[in-house]
This record gives sequence, structure tokens and C-alpha cells, in this order.
Amino acid sequence: MKKKFKLEDLDCANCAQKMEDAIKNIPGVSDASVNFMMQKMTIEADDDRFDDIMKQVVAECNKVEPECRILM
Amino acid sequence: MGSLTKKQKNTLLRIIVTFVLFVILMVCEHTGVFAPLPWWAVTLIFLVPYAVIGYDIIIKAGKNISHGQVFDENFLMLVATVAAFCIGEYSEAVAVMLFYQVGELFQSYAVGKARSSITDLMNIVPEYANVEWENEVRQVDPDDVEVGDTIIIKPGERIPLDAVITEGETMIDTAALTGESVPRRAAAGDEVISGCINGSGTVKARVTKAFEDSTVTRILELVENAGSKKARVENFITRFAKYYTPVVTICALILAVIPSLLTGEWSEWIARACTFLVISCPCALVISVPLGFFGGIGAASKAGILVKGGNYLEAVSGITSVVFDKTGTLTKGEFRVNKVQPAGCTEEELLETAAHAECFSDHPIAVSIREAYGKPVNSARVAEAKETAGHGISVLIDGKPVLLGNFKLMQVNGIAAKELDCAGTAVYAARDGVFLGTIVISDSIKDGSPEAIKALKAAGVKKTVMLTGDRRAEADSVSAQLGIDEHYSDLLPADKVGIVEKLLSGNTKTDRLAFVGDGINDAPVLARADVGIAMGSMGSDAAIEAADIVIMDDDLRKIPAVMRIAAKTMRIVRENIVFALGVKFAVLILGALGIANMWLAVFADVGVAVIAILNSMRTLRSKEKA
Repeated sequence: MKKKFKLEDLDCANCAQKMEDAIKNIPGVSDASVNFMMQKMTIEADDDRFDDIMKQVVAECNKVEPECRILM
Repeated sequence: MGSLTKKQKNTLLRIIVTFVLFVILMVCEHTGVFAPLPWWAVTLIFLVPYAVIGYDIIIKAGKNISHGQVFDENFLMLVATVAAFCIGEYSEAVAVMLFYQVGELFQSYAVGKARSSITDLMNIVPEYANVEWENEVRQVDPDDVEVGDTIIIKPGERIPLDAVITEGETMIDTAALTGESVPRRAAAGDEVISGCINGSGTVKARVTKAFEDSTVTRILELVENAGSKKARVENFITRFAKYYTPVVTICALILAVIPSLLTGEWSEWIARACTFLVISCPCALVISVPLGFFGGIGAASKAGILVKGGNYLEAVSGITSVVFDKTGTLTKGEFRVNKVQPAGCTEEELLETAAHAECFSDHPIAVSIREAYGKPVNSARVAEAKETAGHGISVLIDGKPVLLGNFKLMQVNGIAAKELDCAGTAVYAARDGVFLGTIVISDSIKDGSPEAIKALKAAGVKKTVMLTGDRRAEADSVSAQLGIDEHYSDLLPADKVGIVEKLLSGNTKTDRLAFVGDGINDAPVLARADVGIAMGSMGSDAAIEAADIVIMDDDLRKIPAVMRIAAKTMRIVRENIVFALGVKFAVLILGALGIANMWLAVFADVGVAVIAILNSMRTLRSKEKA
């Protein structure tokens, strides 16, 4: 399943890259991209574990950029 | 500055408060008010503005350390300023933090500004659709409309979905999609494309595509995803950024420890190391380079050119040869009667005879002859139509035998016809065994094609090539009219890939080859070329899928335009890289030598980032119009 999320207060391009790398490393995530310009995140992951994976995604994003919020 | 976010306003307030406190403290320091105070009291006083301006950085740094993110700019800023406090440079510590925040705020504002001006360009999403359901008109989300539903589009509204007009007539403003400023007429039976604006009249239309498949959705997805196809320069910057911060930080550590051990001047060398830490974020590059490409792609889409990624923009800037497909690309792809050459009768008579002879045929040639005749054809006059494959037809018109076809048909029937050697398809006619004349049908050259070829040459293209399945004479004529360097005729679709490969193998490493086609039979060639440019024909699926760049209104003059945009983008990106790296390295060296202070280091960090961002924003402003 592929899903798009809007991001808020993503202020640094370097962090966007770090987030993308971190999310890609979560088991179950087949592809992810964090678009700094559009302030959007696309995640492709296993269907049945999606909610679980999203929790990890939020945690990873918080680690990199605590101020950035994922609008779900 | 009315468009600041909550976070930005908060930062601005803290900057003002800190600045006022800072000025007061500086005055106190220089007038000697602090002189009688012990060192710890002065430290405490300076810690107040420091905390006001830097508390979020301190918190972030702490959090990130606990997550194992050591080479984080917040942490490095913290180390640099704390070190400055330790060696007694209180005002420097506060100032560095203050200017860092000013720079960050400005940077965030500039990026936001750039982002909104790009999304404004992309502001083509329809908000609602007026759907007619059981004689009742309802305003619904375009997502809820199904294929086959009837929608009503009022003047001034954005067309919500791809549809065919069933009732009414209007002028449509396609500027948002094609960059074309002259409105197009559309009446019953015409297709309309979502995202365009309905100009003058209310129309009813039948929806042909669901919202998720409609042009507007596909274009938006394409532009949004463009960021993920990175140019080589962008990839270089990403890799560079990964190593830059750790390397600079380690250098700072070495600079702080080793010379100090040798000379014993700890505070001097720690101060120099601090300048290193302040310059250790690669932000200027990490933001400005992608922003430059993003802006270039935005400027192109404003002109009606969709570029699918930064890598293609980079490739376009290196185009040295352009290969064109002929029909539908250089020419209109519509057959027209170009020449009527009667022999012993009037033009009118020749056309009338030919039009009647062809009255039962749907072949493009037959259609074009009937169009040229322009009057209604009375099929009752025609009898006994017989077709000879590969030659033509024989019919009885008003009881007289008429032959219509190629030169061979004339020869076979022993008619004294004169063979015509010209571009296009020649149709010979005879009546009652007597030659009537020849009608030449050919495709006409698209408006703007000759200028486009000239402009390409001016933009640095060395070689233009035309490929066609048509006969030699036709190809010679078209390429001579357009001033094309090379052409290949009588090709089968599969031959085109071979020729493109041959041309590619003759190119050097930096040369790029573009193929321009209508995207329907050309998919393999579009894919094989360095840059595949498709004539979008306003929403042809095959074209949008196969190509790297889509010209929305099929105007060839957009190709030199996108080349100019690409060249400008690449120039700005290179300027930014050279400028940012140049300043950073210069300040690093000056810092190590003890010439550059913290102030200069802050400039090299955020100042450079802001200048680079402003420079990148120039890519958005393009002179290219439709």
C-alpha cells in the first residue's frame, strides 16, 4: 500500500534526507520518500502492518526533527 | 511579512528581545559597568539572552544526542557557543546564536516563499464539480464523480474532470496547463481537459475520466514526483553533505587539541575550532541545489512544459543533437490537397470528379479530396465502384468510366498521363479514357517548426535529424523547407531505434541526444534517447507515460525554451556550489589561521545559505512564455 502524508514545520533539507534514510530502514517499508519542497512524505509498506509501521515512522521522524509533525 | 507561520513569528519575537538585551549588555560591558563584578556574575548575566535565543537549539541538541545523532547542527552550535563561554567570549557566544537564528528564520521564510510560488504555479486543482443527477444539480467533490456523469461547467469555473462537451459553446483558457494565453473555442463534441478554466459560456459535458486518471491529477503527480529523480549534481551534494559535517567536526577537534598541547594556548585554539563548528552545516548546498532544480521545473511547467525530474533538466542542458519524428511532430499530421494540376479541364471539374469517385471511401486521402472540393457530393451519380488494391479505384460517374489512383493505374489502362515527381501523394484521374489531371495531397508543416529549428541551433544544438516512414521525395522536401541537417526516409518503426542508437554511439560523453515524437508509435525510441520529448496532445496517456519531457501544446518552439530554462538552472546551481563551497573553505582556512572570527563563520554558514537560496529562486522567474 502506498500512502501520502503532509508534513508541517519540516525546516531543513538535510533532515528530510535523514528522515528518508531512517524510514527506508524500518522493516516492512518497501519504499519511502520525503519531499522537502512539497512538504510531503510517501510511504510504501506492507498492508497488514501499516499502522504499526506508521508508529515507527513517527518515532523516527521525531528523532531527526522533533518539531516536524506528520498530518494523518 | 504577513505570511509567517506561528513558529516563525515566535522566533522573530525572540530575536527582537535578544537583540535589545544584547545591545544593553554590550553598552554595559564597554562602559565598564561589569568591571567590578566577578566572572561568574557576568556569565550569568550573558546567559539570560543566550537562553532566550537558544533554548530550542539546546533542547534539540540534547534530544538528538540521546538518539545518537552526534553530527547534528544544533549540537555543534551548542558546543561552539558553550566553548566560547568557557574561554570568556560571552558576547560572541550570544551573537553567534542570535545571528544563527536570524539566518535560520530568513532561510525558512525564503524556502516557504519559493515553495508557495511554485505551488501557485501548480494551482490547477479543481475544488468542486457541478454534477447533474436525476435533473438536480449538486456541487460535489471531483473525486466522487463517475465516468459518464454529466457535469455543468459555468463561466469562470475550473474544469473539474476530463470530459466531452455535450451542450453549449465556450472559450477555454488553457494557460495553466499549456502556457498558451489565447483561449481556445470548444463546442459540443470537443474534449475539454481538467485544470483549464472555462471562459465565456456555460456548458454541459459528459465525464470521460475519473478524477484520479484525469489530466490534472496526473500532471500534479508528475510534478510532485519530479523531485525524486535527482540530477547528478544533486546526488553529489547529498553524498558530499554526509561526509562534510563529520570531517569538519573532526578537524575542529584536532584544531582544538593538538596545537594547544604544543603551544599551551588553549583558549586561542578553542576559539579557532569554534569557527569550524559554526561552518560545519552543509545547509546552503543541501537546500539551494534542489531548490534550483525545483524552480527550473516549476518555470518549465509554467510555460507548458512538463519535466519529469531534475536529471532530465540536467540532460537537456547538454543536448547537442535533436532527432525528430516527422509526421505529427514537424508536420501537422493532417493530409490536405496541396496542388491541383488539371490537364484539359478546370480545377473545379477535376476536384468534382475525384470527390465523387472517392465518395464511398474513408481513407484520409479520400477525405482530404472531399474537403478540398468543399461541396456536397451526390452519391447517386456514382455507380459500380471497384477498388484495385495498390492502384486505385474505377467507378462510373454519370455513366462515364472514371479512373482514380496512382500512376501505375494510368499505365495499366493505357492512359497518356504525365508522371509528377513531387513531395506528397499524387492522385491521377482519367475520364472516358482521357487524362484529367493530378491532385497532390501532402501533410503541411506545423506553424513554428522552422523557427523552432533555428532557435535550437541558437541554443547550441549542433545537429538536427528527421526520421520518417515516408518516401524520399517527401522527406527531402520537408527537411529542405525546415533546414534540417540530416534525414532518413522509408523507415519502419523498428528502424528508428537503430538510427537513434547509431547517432548515440557517435556522441561523446557530454553530448546528449533528444528524440521528439508524438509518443504513440515512438515509445521505444523515446525511452532509448537521452531525453525523450513527447508532444503531449493535451493528455495522451502514451505520451505522458513514455517521455521524460512533455510539451503540452505540441509547439516545437517549447524545445528551445526548455533548453534555455535548463541552461539557466544549471548555471545557477553551479554558481551556488562554487560560491558556497568557496566561501566555506576560505573561512575554514582563515579560521584555522586565526584570521576569521566567529562573526565571519556565522556569515559563511547562514549568510551563504540565504544568498544561495535567493539565487536559486531566480530559476523560478523565467522569461519563457507560451
